[in-house]
Parts: sequence; C-alpha cells; structure tokens
Amino acid sequence: MRLAPRVPGYRAVSGGFALAALLCLAVADLHVTTLHPFAELSRLFAGLIRPDFWSVEGWSVVYTVAFAVLGVGCGAGAGFLLAIHFAHSRIVRVFCAALRSVHELFWALLLMQVFGLSATTGVLAIALPYAGICAKVYSEIIEEADLSALRVLPPGTGVVSAFAYARLPDLAGRFADYTLYRLECGMRSSLVLGFIGLPTMGFTLESAFRQGRYAEAGALLLVFYALIGTRRLWVRRGTLPVLLVGALLALPPAIGHAAIGPSLVRFLTHDIVPAPLRGGEGTWISLWAWFRPILTDQILPGAAQTLVLAQIALVVTALGALLLFPLTARRFTGPLGRPFGRVLLVVVRSTPEYMLAYLCLQLLGPSMLPAIIALSLHNAGIIGYLMGRHADAIPYRPDAPHGLNLYAYETLPRLYGQFLAFLLYRWELILRESAIFGILGVTTLGFYVDAAISELRLDVAVVLIAATALLTMAVDALSRALRRGLRITDLPTRLSDQT
Amino acid sequence: MVGIGRIARLAGGLLAVGLALAGPVSAQTKPPLVFTGIPDQDESRLVERFGKVAQYLEGKLGVPVRYVPVKSYPAAVTAFTNGQVQLAWFGGFTGVQARKAVPGSQAIAQGAEDAAFRFYLIANAATGLTRAADFPTSIAGKTFTFGARASTSGRLMPEYRIREAFPGKSPEQVFSRVGFSGDHSRTIQLVQSGAFEVGAVDFSVWDLDSKAGKVDPKAVSVIWESPPFPDYQWTVRGDVDATYGAGFTEKLRAALVGVTDPAILEPFGRSKFIPVTNAAYEPLIEVGKATGLLD
Repeated sequence: MRLAPRVPGYRAVSGGFALAALLCLAVADLHVTTLHPFAELSRLFAGLIRPDFWSVEGWSVVYTVAFAVLGVGCGAGAGFLLAIHFAHSRIVRVFCAALRSVHELFWALLLMQVFGLSATTGVLAIALPYAGICAKVYSEIIEEADLSALRVLPPGTGVVSAFAYARLPDLAGRFADYTLYRLECGMRSSLVLGFIGLPTMGFTLESAFRQGRYAEAGALLLVFYALIGTRRLWVRRGTLPVLLVGALLALPPAIGHAAIGPSLVRFLTHDIVPAPLRGGEGTWISLWAWFRPILTDQILPGAAQTLVLAQIALVVTALGALLLFPLTARRFTGPLGRPFGRVLLVVVRSTPEYMLAYLCLQLLGPSMLPAIIALSLHNAGIIGYLMGRHADAIPYRPDAPHGLNLYAYETLPRLYGQFLAFLLYRWELILRESAIFGILGVTTLGFYVDAAISELRLDVAVVLIAATALLTMAVDALSRALRRGLRITDLPTRLSDQT
Repeated sequence: MVGIGRIARLAGGLLAVGLALAGPVSAQTKPPLVFTGIPDQDESRLVERFGKVAQYLEGKLGVPVRYVPVKSYPAAVTAFTNGQVQLAWFGGFTGVQARKAVPGSQAIAQGAEDAAFRFYLIANAATGLTRAADFPTSIAGKTFTFGARASTSGRLMPEYRIREAFPGKSPEQVFSRVGFSGDHSRTIQLVQSGAFEVGAVDFSVWDLDSKAGKVDPKAVSVIWESPPFPDYQWTVRGDVDATYGAGFTEKLRAALVGVTDPAILEPFGRSKFIPVTNAAYEPLIEVGKATGLLD
C-alpha cells in the first residue's frame, strides 16, 4: 500500500466541494411530493421478501445477457483498435471522449430513430460508449505497462508488429480482467435499456414498478443480483467464445423491420439538421434565432440543475462512503460482520442507478431528493467497497489503536488521498447520470432532451445531448487537473483494478 | 486460454455480423403487418386489448399481424416513422406528428367517442375544489400533473385550455409545480395519493379505471369537463397498399369499422370504430402550433 503523501490541498479541495454542495443545497428542489412514501416502501419490501419467480420471463433474462455480451464485445473490440492510436492521435482521443460522454440511454434514443426497437439498437447503444471507455482504459493500461520488451526490438519495426509482439503478451491479462469487469457494467446498462422499450429485464421491471407489482419486481431484481453475483462463474476467458456465439444466436427476433436506409438518410439529412437550415436557405441570423432560446431556456437552466444535482450527490456519496467502508474492513467489523457488509455493498453497487432513481422517484415524487439518494447510494456502495479493500491492505502497527481512534487517526488519514482519487474519478460518472435522470422528471438536461424527443424535435435533442457531452468532458478535464494538482493521479481508481 | 487478439478478432467479426443482421429484410412475399399503440394507461389493459385486435385482424386480413409494445408516446411515433410498424393506435396529437413525418399516411378509423373526446381536470379531495361548469381558475398556485408530454387529452388540450384561462402565462407560471406522469392511469394515482393536487386525465381512462375499482371517490374527483376535441385514431402508412396489395387500406378500415365484439371494444372504452380522415384532426394542428408543441 502506497502512503498518501501529505499534500496541502486535500483540505482545500474537500472544503471547496463541501461548500459548493452546501450552496447547491440552498437552491435545490428537495420536496417530497408524495404523501405516503413509507406505505409504498413497505409494499416494495414485502414484494422483495416474497418474490414471485414464476412471473419472470426467461427470454428477457437471456436478452439482457445477450445485449450485454455483444455490446461489451463490440465495444471492447473497437476500443482495442482505438487504443492503439489513442496516445498518438488527438483526433482519436477527442472521438473517444465524445463517444463515452454520451450516456447509453441517449445513444439508444437516437439509434431507435433509425434502427427501431431492435437488437441492433440495444447492442450499439452499449457498444458505442463502451468503445470510448475501453479505448481510454486500454490505453492507460498500455501506458502503465512494462516497456522492456519494446526496447530490444530491431529498428524499423512497424507499429502494429511492435504492439502485437512486444506489448500485447504483457497486457493481455489486464485487458481481459478489465473487459470482464466491463461486462458487469454492460449488464446494468442492458437492464436499463429495457426502461425505454428494448426487450430486456428492465422492460418488465418498469411495468412492474409502475403498476406496483412488487413481487414480480422483486423476483426480477433477485435474478439480476444472482446473475451479477455469479459473474465469475459464468464469465471466464474459456466461456467467452461460447457466450459470444450464444448471445448472437439468442438475440431477439425483430418484430417488423425498420427501413434502415431511408431512415438513416432522413435522420442525418433532415431530422437532426437544425430546423432553419433545412431546405438550405438558413442564415447565421436564423440559426442564432433558433439556437438562442434553446441556450437560454433549456441548456443553461438544465446544465445548472445537472451541476447542482451532481455536486450534492458527490458530497453525499463521499459522506456515505466514509460511513460505509468500515463495514467491509476487517479491522472494524471482525470476521462475522464483514461478509454481511460486503454483500450489502455488492447489492448496492449492482443496482443500476437509473433503476434506483426511477424507484425513488416513484416513492418520493419528482424532486431532486430521490435522484440524490439514488446516485449517492450506488456510488457510496462502490467507493465504500473499494475503500474497504484498501483499508484491509494497510500494514498496521501491532499496537495500533482500535475503533474510532483507529478510524480517525490512522485509517482515514492514510487513505484520504485514495479516497479523493475515487471521488474525483466518479465525479464525471455522477454528472453523466445526473443529466440522464432528467428523463425521469428531475429538471436536469435529460428533462429537456425528453421534451425535445416527445415533440419530435430531434435537432434540438441532438444539440442538448451535445451540450451534455461538453459539460461531461469539462468536468472530466477539471477532475484530471485536480488529481494532478493533488498528485493522486497514479492511485488506482478503477473497480477492476481491485478484483 | 483464449488470447486477447482472438477476442478482438471475434468482437470485430461480431460487429460485422451484427451490422449485416441489421440490413435489409430478405424478400418475403408477405411480411407480417406490425402495429403498436401509445402506452396511455395500465400496460395489462394494453396487452389485453391489442392482443385481441391482432387476433381479429389476422382473421379478417389473411396476413400475420403482430403487436409491438412500446414504452413511450414518441417511441410509438418513431416506430411508425422508421417503418417498423405499419399501423398504430395514436392519440390525436401523436397521430398528427406521425402523419406529418410520414407523407402519404392516413387516419382511417377512430372510436365513436373520439370525434368528441374530452379530458377531465381532477383534484385531490384535500384541495376542497368541487365540480364546476366554468374553467376552475382557482387551480392556480396548486401542484399540477399532465399525463405524457405528447398526450392529447393529458397535455396538448389541457395546456391549451390553461393558456386560454390564464392569458400570457405558461403552465409553469400558473402552477407551483408541473409534472408529467407518463400515462393517464398514473395521473389518477398521483392525484389520488396527493402527490399532485390537480391533474388532467383522459375521460375514457377515468371511466375504465373507475369501473375497475381503482379510483377512490373520497380521495379524488372530477372538477371540470373540457369542451370536445378529436382524439384517438388508427393511422396507417401510405405504403401498405404496395406491400399487401391494392385496396389493403380500405380492407383494413372496413375490418376496424366492422369490430362488433364487445370483448375487443370494452378494453378500449369505445362503443365502436367509425371511419375518419386526416382532415378531422386539423384543429389539433392549430392547437399544437398555438401551444408551441408543433412547428
């Protein structure tokens, strides 16, 4: 375990974020609009305790896995090719950043316009952002790797040959670990795609939540946890070819075929072209007249709300993680409590944030509060889990104190840099989710995207999605700068590094 | 042990296969007629009614008929525009959107009730609001929920009437909070539970849910009934005659108008279907433009 260097600045950064969150709290809409949230919540738990497994439709489970396997497979394949050029080419880096800054659900909403409610939409919606993420992470893995084999190559060796013979053998294992971890995320994405109409488990889950059929929802959730929990059993390097081919064979048959060619042409040359430019007679003035109200009435308020939600959720996540991580650390819970804590955190992190937000919004009504709860629970679960593992790896002195003294004077100070690294890394992810929660009724950027799509104004939707992507990239850049400033860039931040 | 190179090759191959699968359909003589409907109420009722319609149409038309469920109003319109479905049960406004996006498509039949459809304003009992003949301007300042964003009876017409009653103000300025419930059954539940004080709901779904015992008259009641407007209709793409043979559109219209089985009509909340044309929905185009929902 690396000791966190005592850099002045931890306090300033933590304080800055806390202050920003407090200011955001002052303007955030935190009303609970439902009158009986607890009655509904108790019905939900009753359903979870008495799940109705007979109601689970087997094919939806198969499709969920198939979309995830193929989406991650295609994404990883494309990401791998992009990763080779990632370090040298600015264009590739910007392209990948753009791919991954658009959420799967936004991709799906756009792809649906062309490919309809089909397997292609489902697989591509996962593959596109995952290609961007995989390219970035693979290239980081490449940078971190051992270069000694490369140095002994004869001069004039081609880039591809050099990569294949001198670097790949060293990297393959870590690529595989990361890709298999990515499949877990893919499963969550795949489930969530059902909420907008693709035939995965999310489809029935959404209906079940909406109509209060909690026994059915409980069964679906338990099946999903079981799938994620047993990932290591069924996702192995050896089973991968079987999974890929099986997934391809098991894809849902398309009911009705979208006319892809004409739809694609219409989508690219009409639908997403700003309205005043259609027909080729637009001027800069008419374009600005079209864009200005979008900027002032949608992008700016939407971006402000998205940031407000993300900043509050980030700090609540931080507090949650600080409270939760001792639950999974040996020193604090002992041999009996720790497995329980770990199961709890694994369940929390396996639950897709979007689904959690959907559920909280059903229970509490459409304000920012349910969105904060959903984001914080999920991310605190992940960071808490990771921190717990780091806490276990600390070499304590034999006469180390116990309990609160150990936590406050030894464990936390030694892990604080790591803790900030995790948080800053997840900042971008939290922001991306904050924007998407708008689809559920919180007035973040997704709210306006949803409105634009309902009004069939795809040109407006695309502008809003681009604005969301820019905001995400800006936060990503800021997060990197902060991590560099705090000299915590080299600390591990990825969940897959720990497994 | 499978090397990463092989995995990458496999992934690349799969990408190609996946894209090929997405390509044009193999030339079949008669592809199934696929239809959808806007998800305006409880899904179980939708599955029931559209399942029966599919069965009925298959018998009458002699082609396989399939129903595709969707999760949102725009998803139904999108499925229609990109040709995944040839026929759809649209609301008044979604129908206008769809026919605008697909030139040549036609409204062929509506429910007898749809020629003069209405929406109700409903209020939670705690508000103390009671039924009145005139638009209840006392709803100003309350929390308010529409149905789906692209709903005619849950959004377009209510917004139009609200803007009319409060000139120069948008719903966001009239009410203390504005929500979009997603569908009419949900609107009723939200107002009944008190999550929102007032809501706008489709009168036929109100009646269906009341009959199904899902409405508690002590908690929620109708406070205003809107003037009539045209609503739901079956809309068909213009290219079906080319696919299924000349006269198919008329055959489809006749089949829909000829539905007499109460088992089909009841879950629709309609007494029968009657012929209709695009012209019947022109008033909604004006309303759409007036509310800014349509260009």
